[in-house]
Amino acid sequence: MMQKVRVKPLMPPGHVRTPHYLRGKAGVIERSLGAFPNPEDLAYGHDAPALPLHRVRFRMGDIWGPDTPNPDDTLDAEIYDHWLEPADDAP
Amino acid sequence: MPHDHHDSLSPSGHPYRADDDTPLSYWQTMEIAVRELLVEKGITSPEEIASQINTMDARSPANGAQVVARAWTDPDFHAALMQDASAATRDMGFDIGPLKLIAVENTAHEHNIIVCTLCSCYPRNLLGLPPDWYKSRAYRSRTVRDPRGVLAEFGVTLPDTTRVRVHDSTADMRYIVIPARPSGTDGMSVDELAKLVTRDSMIGTGVARQP
Repeated sequence: MMQKVRVKPLMPPGHVRTPHYLRGKAGVIERSLGAFPNPEDLAYGHDAPALPLHRVRFRMGDIWGPDTPNPDDTLDAEIYDHWLEPADDAP
Repeated sequence: MPHDHHDSLSPSGHPYRADDDTPLSYWQTMEIAVRELLVEKGITSPEEIASQINTMDARSPANGAQVVARAWTDPDFHAALMQDASAATRDMGFDIGPLKLIAVENTAHEHNIIVCTLCSCYPRNLLGLPPDWYKSRAYRSRTVRDPRGVLAEFGVTLPDTTRVRVHDSTADMRYIVIPARPSGTDGMSVDELAKLVTRDSMIGTGVARQP
């Protein structure tokens, strides 16, 4: 079974690569990509530990709401592990 | 005066482009300063910079078209490409540097489209530079909100039975769409097939040409 996850609804300052429109949204891990240097450190020239990166698949209806036309169309995005939490309660 | 183009049009009927007479921006000045320092310290050279620009300019959608045409005709390569697109394109002989590539495939039931909402991530090391519209705020914001509307403006109208899959290139991966092989192409050579593969068909905003 695909692992259900939710993007943490954080609003930190600085350079992050988690798009605003996906924060707080739930999806499933489509595939895990391995570990990559954390861009939140790289952007400032800091030592950047490698963190697990996942491709998370969201339903358009889960991102934009139930009135979305074609709600079962999907959107995949690459999200770092520290931005994800389990979402077993998600539909 | 022969060189005064005010109020006049080029032979193609377009206004002449204004001269770039504005002062350098902060970041343009910074780029020149850093580049000159790197050259002065012997870390790089003008020849090396020019050679890198030539290498990047030589990359074009024709590279991707060769990859797609081979995927259409060679089942083993197709499997390798879907498994690890970076390794498969390197094995074909393309110098893609550190590019981490994922191939996604369009079928009768699925249509994939690529966008980078955060900036302009694009598989440049395979396909060359992205088109200007790919970097526009309109394309970047609308493709994730209304992909079918954007596709229709590109002339691609999909039935509700086709699942649209948007890929937002937010981090380290880059994406290439393998368009569906057009009908009526049985028996065509790889080179003939490659001519049917457009840049837009590999972004997902288009489909391959009919022969």
